[in-house]
Amino acid sequence: MAELTYLQAISDALRTELRRDKRVFLIGEDVGVYGGAFKVSLGFQEEFGPWRVIDAPLAETAILGACTGASMMGMRPVAEMQFADFISCGWDHLVTVAAKQRWRAGTPVPIVVRLPSGGGFSGGPFHSQNPESSFAHIPGLKCVCPATPEDAKGLLISAIEDPNPVLFFEHKHLYRRIKGEVPEDRYTIPIGKARTHRIGKDISVITWGAMVYTADDAAQQLEADGVSVEILDLRTVMPWDKAAVLQSARKTSKVLVLHEDNRTGGFGAEIAATIAEEAFEDLDAPVKRVAAPDTPVPFSPPLEKAFIPQVDDVVAGLRDLAAY
Amino acid sequence: MAIAREAEPVGSLHEVREAGLDREDLLGVYRNMLITRGVEERGHILYRQGKIPGSFYTGRGNEAASVGIATAMAQEDVGTPLHRDMGVHITRGVEPWKIFAQYMGKADGPTRGRDGNVHMADPNLGLIAMVSHLPAMLPVAVGAALAFRIREEARVALAWFGEGASARGDTHEGMTLAGTRKLPVVFVCDNNQWAYSTPTHLEYATEHVADRAEAYGFEGVVVDGTDVLAVYREAKRAIEKARAGGGPTLLECLTLRMEGHAVHDDAFYVPKLMFEKWAESDPLERFRTWLRDNIDMTDDEEDEISGGVKRLLNDALKRAEDSPMPDPSDLLDGVYASPEDLDTPHHK
Repeated sequence: MAELTYLQAISDALRTELRRDKRVFLIGEDVGVYGGAFKVSLGFQEEFGPWRVIDAPLAETAILGACTGASMMGMRPVAEMQFADFISCGWDHLVTVAAKQRWRAGTPVPIVVRLPSGGGFSGGPFHSQNPESSFAHIPGLKCVCPATPEDAKGLLISAIEDPNPVLFFEHKHLYRRIKGEVPEDRYTIPIGKARTHRIGKDISVITWGAMVYTADDAAQQLEADGVSVEILDLRTVMPWDKAAVLQSARKTSKVLVLHEDNRTGGFGAEIAATIAEEAFEDLDAPVKRVAAPDTPVPFSPPLEKAFIPQVDDVVAGLRDLAAY
Repeated sequence: MAIAREAEPVGSLHEVREAGLDREDLLGVYRNMLITRGVEERGHILYRQGKIPGSFYTGRGNEAASVGIATAMAQEDVGTPLHRDMGVHITRGVEPWKIFAQYMGKADGPTRGRDGNVHMADPNLGLIAMVSHLPAMLPVAVGAALAFRIREEARVALAWFGEGASARGDTHEGMTLAGTRKLPVVFVCDNNQWAYSTPTHLEYATEHVADRAEAYGFEGVVVDGTDVLAVYREAKRAIEKARAGGGPTLLECLTLRMEGHAVHDDAFYVPKLMFEKWAESDPLERFRTWLRDNIDMTDDEEDEISGGVKRLLNDALKRAEDSPMPDPSDLLDGVYASPEDLDTPHHK
């Protein structure tokens, strides 16, 4: 196994699939000659040519619509939104056409949309968002949010194999910061299966993406207090591993749901509601949410720090639950 | 001032033969136009009988444009016809009973009651089902053309949109991508002069929608959409140009929407004189006269065609009425595709 960054693992998955399957192509703004804004596809155009690594005009609807049309003709397109935020320009296509085509017209749309998402580096309101809950709400779309390099590779290959439109949220703050062992061979990780990031017995944290690491730092502090925290990394928010969440909730009886997206209507609300409906009798405390406040993502470092859930916020939430 | 080329009417029978239509083909085109109108007229009756839920849309006045273009498509070509393009479904071979079943929300409609009116398509016939958001299917057709270009297949995608939808960004984005990459796509603008109640001068400021084509780097052509032979000739030219690697064409078919936007709309805002003028160039009557004058279509032939269409539609209606309503217990099926769903002619 090689040690790869999260970004290298994503590149590795794309390269693996481009080499293996002639139906796969990449399309997006600056993905070709430039190698992508984050250099995920650096060198790809040299290897695969300009018709498999396609520099598109600045036109998200055309990019996503073209992926849908090409997928219906037997291709396996992978689109890159330069930043996840720009998917709002393609919202109509994804929600109106791609999400509904299988259900209403019987035509599957096997496309992957890669979405560099998340904040933590002063990207401001338009380069920092985590819009997964908006799309998880739309029947027909799948949402994948890997936290580790190994998951990023295996889940991206699964996403390309999947016969549905899959939104692949790559957290930008993990790209070069997180490294891990990644198998060199091709492998898949099933969409819809959570991963226990840390085993514990007193409190469960349900989270995904970059917040897995925030939760881990907080759990280490709680360990010093003698509180054992379990961390469940959902990996995918649609479909989400309800069984694993309920199992962990029943085991620890106290649950904190953590996400970087805004609090109201964030996917944590769905998880909390499901636990309340299905595991109420097993709880020893109300489900707690730690999430970003209901504002746009701010630019200036002290404001952004106040916005994105910090280790201290999670620690405080866990202590509240421990004391309940 | 017009920038697009304004296509001439078809001059002679010789020209029609040159474009690839023999006598049999011409009678077939007429038959498809009759079926197209017949399906929509019968649909109207079904609607008045309370058998069609929701609203009901027709393409009366657009039969020559839709049938003419579909006749010019090769079997391996694909397209995204809209709600005024019933003639495309008919010409590609969709069975009318399935269309009636679709209208009535029956289990045997192409969408099994999940979507209504002309929101349907048979992928086995190279068609992709439209959505209400126009022109959302235009970039999708561009994507089909992109697939053909990547695989170097000599196939063409037809992308339909209306003059109303030409105002939306999807049109601009789709044409930009197709133009920059010279993709094998033909954009077909059904210009029926009314976007619901909005007239053309409030939808676009050029003389023709097709005038924009030059700005995207390809040719624009305006054709009389009530003249099936002129539509066919121009579509054939554009499709074969795209197939040969010559890039896109924007083909604008000028017609008048001869009914309201949908069945609830009496189109009071369309001047009466306008209706009267366009009624004089009714596509079916026009082609019927041409067939009698140019290829000596006989009374017997005409009766045989119209009688056959009548029988076809009678049988189709009966079969559709006998089709069951969909089972609500299936509602959750197929929100997500399974790998077996990709076992289609296209997804391979």
